[in-house]
Amino acid sequence: MENKNSKTDSRRQFIKKISTGSIIAASGLALSSLSSCKETSQEKTTLLTTDGKLVQVPNSEIGELEHQHITPEESRQGIPGKKWVMVVDLGKCKNAKKCIEACDKHHNLTPDRPYIKVLEMKDNEKSSPYWMPKKCFQCDNPPCVKVCPVGATYKRTDGIVLIDNERCIGCRFCMAACPYSARVFNWGSSPDQEVTTAYSPETSIPSKIGTVGKCDFCPDMLRKNKLPHCVPSCPNGVIYFGDEIDDTVTNGEETVRLSTLLRDKAGYRYMEELGTKPRVYYLPPVDRLFPFEKSTEENSES
Amino acid sequence: MDIEQRKRELVKEFSPMLRKTTTISKIWIGFLIAVIAVGFYALILQFTKGHIVTGMRDNVVWGIYIINFIFFVCLSYSGAFIAGILHFFKTPWKNSVSRIVEITTVLSIIIGPIFILLCIGRLDRLHYLFLYPRIQSPITWDIIAILTDLIGCFLYLYLTFIPDFSILRDNSDDAPKWRKKLYSILSFGYQDTTSQRERLNKITRIMSTMIIAMAIVTYSVLAWIFSLTVQPGWNSTIFAPYFIIAGLYSGVSVIIVAMYLIRKYYHLNHYIRKVHFVGAGIILLVISLLFGYFTFTEYFSRWFSHKTHDIELLETLFNRYFWEFIFANYIGVLVPIGILFFKKFRTIKSITFAAVIAILGLWFNRYLIVVPTLETPYIPIQDTRPEFIHYSSTWIEWALSFTGIAAFILFFMLIMKLVPIIPISGIIDQERKSKKIKPKIIL
Repeated sequence: MENKNSKTDSRRQFIKKISTGSIIAASGLALSSLSSCKETSQEKTTLLTTDGKLVQVPNSEIGELEHQHITPEESRQGIPGKKWVMVVDLGKCKNAKKCIEACDKHHNLTPDRPYIKVLEMKDNEKSSPYWMPKKCFQCDNPPCVKVCPVGATYKRTDGIVLIDNERCIGCRFCMAACPYSARVFNWGSSPDQEVTTAYSPETSIPSKIGTVGKCDFCPDMLRKNKLPHCVPSCPNGVIYFGDEIDDTVTNGEETVRLSTLLRDKAGYRYMEELGTKPRVYYLPPVDRLFPFEKSTEENSES
Repeated sequence: MDIEQRKRELVKEFSPMLRKTTTISKIWIGFLIAVIAVGFYALILQFTKGHIVTGMRDNVVWGIYIINFIFFVCLSYSGAFIAGILHFFKTPWKNSVSRIVEITTVLSIIIGPIFILLCIGRLDRLHYLFLYPRIQSPITWDIIAILTDLIGCFLYLYLTFIPDFSILRDNSDDAPKWRKKLYSILSFGYQDTTSQRERLNKITRIMSTMIIAMAIVTYSVLAWIFSLTVQPGWNSTIFAPYFIIAGLYSGVSVIIVAMYLIRKYYHLNHYIRKVHFVGAGIILLVISLLFGYFTFTEYFSRWFSHKTHDIELLETLFNRYFWEFIFANYIGVLVPIGILFFKKFRTIKSITFAAVIAILGLWFNRYLIVVPTLETPYIPIQDTRPEFIHYSSTWIEWALSFTGIAAFILFFMLIMKLVPIIPISGIIDQERKSKKIKPKIIL
């Protein structure tokens, strides 16, 4: 019953969002800056903002907003009313590495510097090995944010931990403090020479030499009401992504209640005892879709 | 003997050290400048190509730069501590060593932070530390502590220099003009009157206690950079006191080595005597016992409690870093104890040897605190690239490390050209007290 509800719920929301079109990409901030400009345009459209307010926006502005560039300052605010959360079903992962490919492609990463890693895990001698996709856990008590001396990495209201590469001084204290080895450093010159778009912490491109990077939950996609790149790219639907406040997560194929999923499949967070309060949950590797297989060719490639 | 006459005599005695540069020291200076030049080239490479030229990678994000940083800052801290103690308790034999200690303190607090700057990926944004400071970060605490310490130590060193500058100003008639002018500016109008002397003594005494306190704060904060994280090898409650003891251990050792070298090359056997070495050696013995105790406690509790990640770390230490571990934590502690414990072994040479072993042992001890911990994170490293699994420092890092040491020695030599390494004013004070010389009558 609940599941059905959640499906209709999310469908209704989806339709609602469609109606507002890509204007949501502009977010509250962009809209408020819009309303301050008192231009009298001929035609206006009434739109619903993410905080539930109705606003009138001139039609001429709508097209531009689609490509709204989120500045480092704006990226410090989260997407209003959201608490992003991820659930990774370890029973479904077969180390296809498609999530890594998609992530690398969209973040313009070279294969030697991925944000996502798929690790071969074995909890103890008797237990069977499994694959564990690992991103940034976007902790609610982030050890990395605590130690940054310049506030270059920050926790947003929507739960995402971002890095402002224009602020980062490259001291790497955050990397030393992160217990999950989630962060990577731009040791040499960046491969993004051809990228011409302006830098935004929400896209993490172009990357900058001497600064830190990491998985960012793709806020640029979230603003467009799309899923982070790794989620739809997974052929097995391993990764669920959604909003904790809505209590829904989706892997692109099925949408489920977060609380139900965590309850029924005994969801847990990796190394809960460290007190970092991750926003990424794991479902134990039970009822496996695939047997654990180490493809030696793939291992040697990576 | 008249006090003014005695001053002249002492200036005459020390002026060859100040003004003449022997061939050996010329060769030394040339060599040190060459080392610094190589370091400069390495620095340019690192600036232009990024940190890719170092051995640091995503897992081992900090390498020998931060180890040198800890090492030099701890040198400074312990120098300040010892200088403070010597001054505060009016130690009778302090005069001959106090200036060595003070110069060590100031130079190492200048050179130490340069190593942390080498660690920073974006030096062009260094001012962000002051533009956007976040007070929660231990690095911000460290910056505040080190800057305070730097200013405090510098003031203290300067205070102890003033009486000598004034003596040199009044007694260097045959010196070049720039030198006279420099002394006259630096002596700050000090005339060595009774009231001036008392005031200076009072200020120096207050500063000596202040720098002890500052040194403890600075070094605790430095230890917290590691121990406030959740990493298995670092998250330890005893790190701050452990680092303080370790700092004293290397600090006393460096001072012993400096005493030995200065005594030998400047022929100061008359001033730096065996009693100083034995005194410093006994202090080193006490500290080495404490240091060994702290090291043992730190590793013993990790081993006994047997937590998974602690054990992974210990396994790395006892396999990959076996010899380094043995050298740092066995030889580096037990050999100095063995030498210093027995009275008959306490000769100048053997005490210096013990000090050299202690310095090297301590450097490796720091290395084993930083690198193996980063090589055994909570999440296992699964990488096929060897440089991402294990840290091995590149020639650039070594070149810059030796540049730090070379700069330390070079600046030391240059300061010794400016002021006598044995404080003249201290000798005067001592002789005044023992009534060997008559005070000047001030009308």
